[in-house]
Amino acid sequence: MNNKPALNPITFEQSAGSYLADTQLRRNIGHATQTIRAKRATAVGELPDWEELREAGRLTKERVMNNLDEYLLQLEESVIKAGGHVHWAADGEDANRIITGLVKEKGVTEVVKVKSITTDEIKLNDALENEGIHALETDLAELIVQLAGDEPSHILVPAIHKNRSEIRDLFKEKLNIEHLSDKPADLAEAARLYLRKNFLKAKVGISGANFAVAETGTVVVVESEGNGRMCTTLPDTLITLMGIEKIIPKWQDFEVFMQLLPRSSTAERMNPYNNFWTGISDGDGPQEFHLVLLDNGRTKVLADETGRQTLFCIRCSACLNVCPVYERTGGHAYHSVYPGPIGAILTPQLRGFEDPSAASLPYASSLCGACYEVCPVKINIPEVLVHLRGKVVDYKNEKGGIRHKTDTIHIGMKFMARTFQSRNRYERLQRMGKIGQKLFVKDGAISRLPGELAKWTSIRDIKPIPKQTFREWWGDRQ
Amino acid sequence: MVGGSAMSGSKNIILERIRQALKKEDSGTTDDILTLPDIERSYEQQSNLSDEQKLHLFAERVNEYRAITEVIDEEEIGERIQSICSVSGIKSLAVPGGIEEKWVSALDSGVRLLRDEPEPLTKEELNNAAAVLTGAFLGVAQTGTIILNGGPGQGRRILTLLPDFHICVIRQEQITGILPEAIIQLDMAVKESGKPVTMISGPSATSDIELNRVEGVHGPRRLHVLVIKQKS
Repeated sequence: MNNKPALNPITFEQSAGSYLADTQLRRNIGHATQTIRAKRATAVGELPDWEELREAGRLTKERVMNNLDEYLLQLEESVIKAGGHVHWAADGEDANRIITGLVKEKGVTEVVKVKSITTDEIKLNDALENEGIHALETDLAELIVQLAGDEPSHILVPAIHKNRSEIRDLFKEKLNIEHLSDKPADLAEAARLYLRKNFLKAKVGISGANFAVAETGTVVVVESEGNGRMCTTLPDTLITLMGIEKIIPKWQDFEVFMQLLPRSSTAERMNPYNNFWTGISDGDGPQEFHLVLLDNGRTKVLADETGRQTLFCIRCSACLNVCPVYERTGGHAYHSVYPGPIGAILTPQLRGFEDPSAASLPYASSLCGACYEVCPVKINIPEVLVHLRGKVVDYKNEKGGIRHKTDTIHIGMKFMARTFQSRNRYERLQRMGKIGQKLFVKDGAISRLPGELAKWTSIRDIKPIPKQTFREWWGDRQ
Repeated sequence: MVGGSAMSGSKNIILERIRQALKKEDSGTTDDILTLPDIERSYEQQSNLSDEQKLHLFAERVNEYRAITEVIDEEEIGERIQSICSVSGIKSLAVPGGIEEKWVSALDSGVRLLRDEPEPLTKEELNNAAAVLTGAFLGVAQTGTIILNGGPGQGRRILTLLPDFHICVIRQEQITGILPEAIIQLDMAVKESGKPVTMISGPSATSDIELNRVEGVHGPRRLHVLVIKQKS
């Protein structure tokens, strides 16, 4: 196992092209995002105090981040007091080693899992597989993705890119079912029967966590299908992996988050099941509980004062559903377990700009701001995107080498920067531009420029320099 | 980076990284967070619904999840449960310890009663049970939610998980208007007993296939809520 995943050379811009060309995918995702967007608006519109809840959510998360060390220590103490065990993992490798170690101790070769993006982030399933342990995904969509050997494409609905007939064919083949219709109810029934027997014999369950309460040690998994209940109730041992940012200070904070999350996420007043457990409970559920606290780059995000708010995220996926870019490319184009607007700011901060794929993500946005408007904890995603674009450029200036230095965009920007620094240079360029543009202005706009400049005009028009510039007009007045 | 460090090594590394990120000294204690004043909470923490309004809203919202809600008088409870069993063909009914005996007093011999106390039922017995009957800790009208917390008449979590049909009895007095009113009571209960809490809003459901809501993947596919009307 390598400490760090291999750097991904494919940028968002490159992969977006091929995903855009997939019309079936665009139809599936377009249908899904539009449906859930409308539902969310209704669910949120029902609450007269939505803005006050958002503000309380933001304030709570801000407080957690500003005192994260103390809240983690408090959480550790509470969980231990309630009969649980706490492990700290500085990175993914650390967490994988801890978890595979715990599973091996139990002598089992199969574990049941509740959908958890954090475990996807550290590729826990692969790590377990390497040790001969099969991790069975039990969320319907995750099961679909796992059976297809595919990657999730949405935070909440990982198989959003697959339609019912694709799923029917997959189940027929992989679950050995001869006759199966493509009705969602029949498909769900097939999954129910297949998974039930596995739930009943499972000795170890693995979950993520939506929240953990520092004051009491209570951990929460929010879900719809009941697989979360199965995994956190039936096995003898429960292992929960949680990013260190998922803490909330006290139980009272559920007043806020259990309203913000369901309405933003599944667009329901409340999702079917919420599971809260506090350590272990005599005769009820797992008698051994391990909580693994994961950093894996989160402290780097914390160190950036503008980027810090990224850690407020409660993984609701509302920003994906309103994003005009995500709606068209789908989640796979982001090459990360965190797609969409939140992924575009989280992934580069977690992975670093040396990963060309991650470094391209802050540009996967038109900065329209819809994501900020719907965010239940008021993460200013456009602000962070622009901030990260600046950091990408800084990084390239420092480490980019000759290829960056000879890049036309870099040279062009350098040239513009110099021009804007001096009045003489600026005015001279304007005069030259006025003469030079004559060949290209058509109907009051410049739509095609030659050579390298075509990169700019291929996707947008430029307004020509006017006959009389403001500076000339001002000069004439005096 | 950390290589083969022990767990305590990673703990110190993470705490040190956090303190560097926040540019703060190691206090080594949790004193700061314990003395912070609460954040400003300007959202609604209490509803102004009357008992009657709460009852109607609760019933309406639970029904919207495609569960069934009935409001009944205390005297009817035994008969209602028997009739649900006979209408739905329920032949075996699991019940937790601490259940009110009159709830099961009218069951006829066609329904086998499976008691979880004194001897706990096995996973297999529960998996084969047609239905489960429990009480509840609280209800939330605004969201159509019932809340279980392992108290008397509610039992272990597994009871309401494996059988395919959940009959839940709740008293009108247990229904709160909005979620914050329920959370404040849960807060106290968790600090007292430390028992697990389950919030249930309708039957098990998934929207994973083309976002069509389908009842029932793993939890009970049918939820029947009986609300016992408050005596006036």
